[in-house]
Amino acid sequence: MPINVSGKTIETDEEGYLVSRTDWNEEIAKEMAKIDNCDLSTNHWEVINFLREYYEEYQIAPAVRVLTKAIGKKLGPDKGNSKYLYELFPYGPAKQACKYAGLPKPTGCV
Amino acid sequence: MSEATGGIHMEEGGGGKIKKFLYLNRKAPYGTIYALESLEVVLIAAAFDQDVSLAFIDDGVYQIVKGQHTKGIDVKNFSPTFRALEGYDIEKLYVEKESMEARSLKETDFLVPVKVVNAAEMADIMQSQDVVLSF
Repeated sequence: MPINVSGKTIETDEEGYLVSRTDWNEEIAKEMAKIDNCDLSTNHWEVINFLREYYEEYQIAPAVRVLTKAIGKKLGPDKGNSKYLYELFPYGPAKQACKYAGLPKPTGCV
Repeated sequence: MSEATGGIHMEEGGGGKIKKFLYLNRKAPYGTIYALESLEVVLIAAAFDQDVSLAFIDDGVYQIVKGQHTKGIDVKNFSPTFRALEGYDIEKLYVEKESMEARSLKETDFLVPVKVVNAAEMADIMQSQDVVLSF
């Protein structure tokens, strides 16, 4: 299911994840969010950028439990909890935020 | 025993009893899929909150050596993922002393903190588990 971003066609899989991680840029993230009727705020970007850094360091997308804990450590307990993260990403913080971050679906996610 | 749990007995109702799982890694990181598959199973199974340990024996000790470069063989270097295990509350990593020494490796060559144990101690660790999965 390819998406169009600033005149370029970007390949995504049947669930909307990027086929090639190196294609990613912020415009693509915004376009993916638009498809889901989601307007990306600074709070969204905080999580997306966190995920990209996590992937860069560990070469995996974290499980949601691990993400929640790590966000809490980095951004404080008011953000490191499921309620906050599910409000930002109602389709599941790990799943949805990883998609916008251009990462694969977290290992073990179905 | 049940089909759905792959023969692993799960307690009826409630959270079930926490079991001791040991993932035994015996093969070099690349060339076969065993090492990566083992790591993926560990990450997935971490969601079940069991008591998890990892052991590295034989060429398996190479899985966690520092400075892996895989560009030349065109596969992903997944060794940084071992450093993520701490975040999954998996902190018991054992290396067999004999395997390590036979390959001229030292404890400081590993990219994660490990406990080096001799073959007899490793046997005791295996003996104390409920489930041992060998890769």
